[in-house]
Amino acid sequence: MSEDLYQEIILDHYKNPRGKKVEIDSLAQSYQVNPTCGDEVTVEVGQNPDGTLLVSYDGQGCSISQASASVMSELINGKTPAEAAPIQEAFMELMKSKGQLEPDEEVLEDAIAFAGVSKYPARIKCALISWMALSDAQIKAQLTATTTTRSG
Amino acid sequence: MFDVDKLRADFPILSREVRGVPLVYLDSGATSQKPTQVLDAERHFYETSNAAVHRGAHALAEEATDAYEAARQTIASFVGAQVEEIVFTKNATEGINLVAYAFSNATDKARQGIEVDRRFVVGPGDSIVVTEMEHHANLIPWQELCAKTGATLKWFGLTEEGRLDITPGVIDNTTKFVSVVHQSNLLGTINPVKKIMDMAHAVGALGMVDLCQSVPHMSVNVNELGADFASWSGHKMLGPTGIGILWGKSDLLNAMPPFLSGGSMIEMVHMDHSTYAPAPQRFEAGVPMAAQAIGLARACDYLNELGMDNVFLHEQELTAYALEELAKIPGVRVIGPTDMRDRGSAVSFVVEGIHPHDVGHLMDAKGVAVRVGHHCCWPTCRRFDVPATTRITTYIYNDKSDIDQAIAGIKSAQEFFGSGIAVSA
Repeated sequence: MSEDLYQEIILDHYKNPRGKKVEIDSLAQSYQVNPTCGDEVTVEVGQNPDGTLLVSYDGQGCSISQASASVMSELINGKTPAEAAPIQEAFMELMKSKGQLEPDEEVLEDAIAFAGVSKYPARIKCALISWMALSDAQIKAQLTATTTTRSG
Repeated sequence: MFDVDKLRADFPILSREVRGVPLVYLDSGATSQKPTQVLDAERHFYETSNAAVHRGAHALAEEATDAYEAARQTIASFVGAQVEEIVFTKNATEGINLVAYAFSNATDKARQGIEVDRRFVVGPGDSIVVTEMEHHANLIPWQELCAKTGATLKWFGLTEEGRLDITPGVIDNTTKFVSVVHQSNLLGTINPVKKIMDMAHAVGALGMVDLCQSVPHMSVNVNELGADFASWSGHKMLGPTGIGILWGKSDLLNAMPPFLSGGSMIEMVHMDHSTYAPAPQRFEAGVPMAAQAIGLARACDYLNELGMDNVFLHEQELTAYALEELAKIPGVRVIGPTDMRDRGSAVSFVVEGIHPHDVGHLMDAKGVAVRVGHHCCWPTCRRFDVPATTRITTYIYNDKSDIDQAIAGIKSAQEFFGSGIAVSA
């Protein structure tokens, strides 16, 4: 059963995090904490001249929370807010699925590895914390799909 | 000594499976399991005598009131208290808040020129003293009191070993109140509370002890604590949830303004003012938790049948064994005392290279239920520079084979994650 949760992809991102502590020209940041366990993550967002998103994060926590942040930064970096939105929505939906949803690999890529996490209510927050921070930072930076993106 | 195998039959939940394997319950520090005797006592009350207590004069109301007050007597005797010193609360947290609000409410009234007992009035220049190993329940109410009144919060720090660093000068002439945990829920440390309460009284301050992790696990006589108040919960000592105890000296309880107000706690009520019943009724507004009180009294009887000294010895043996076995695993660091001197049964640890959540999850996969996180002691975790810990807590129904299962779970987590994982800080 643990294999459900700790997929090879998750362990790989945990051991070799991508996009962590990368220096970016940040427009906004969001610090999120899981008060039940103390997991912390700070996500920063900026914008490339072509309008695509720049994402960086830092944090500490369990393998699920850290791998999820790594996968998120890899998926979202270089996407426009409009391209990122369906990925973010699909990830949220997957986490709410209680293990009942077959994730779309076309959309979620490495993030499909978190399908198993949705079966463990205590761990869903771990997987979501960096994605929540990203959404919050995007709102603060006015870089959501619904806000007008800043001219590059 | 009691027979663990035999008493386990009183706890039906312990024979269930989780995740397809037998349950090994090592999270009694969070809440204990309940024996059928306690469940039966509650059920019996509902089936035979249920009525709202302290109201009405019909036969059931009398029986229910008698049963509720008899429960108070049993619980008082369990800790050597007088019956009028025992206030039923929702939980231990409410008991501590009740005392903190006595200060806050008395201070508010004093500001308006209303006559109050000055022992409960605090303000700028006064201090409240706690420790760095307090549960949030015995920290935040005092932070709030200081924020509302302008008093200063001070605390005793901790040694590397996880014991109180009782430096002189923390308690001084400005101190009005001292609140200290008897046994740490995270570190397992048993504190010299009598010494600290004596220090408080020497400067004219009042003192309180958080007994949540001691009353369930050792023989406690409230008169030997040297304290003025104490609070603990029912659900950690085989009793139901929804009931806690505040113990307080009668002269102080009767000098305190009420906390929650309403029905049952009054003496006389007029449209523009009221007077209040003596303690404990003064602090029991509304229809109280009668079935829970009766269940908790049955839990006290159950523990008395085992003998609290036997309970303590049993857990000392298990804790010593757990510490010994943990010490054999490379990469495991115990947070808290590693010897049995003044130490109770909560054992927290971290495993090098594996986050406590992941350790707990992989133990759970083997059916071993342990607590992970900061255990509502975030500043304590910060003191030891760990984000969280994994914690084993035992009780009467655990034996060495449970500890063996926990140790096997930790080893399986190490195997699963492999060695030499760099965990970024």
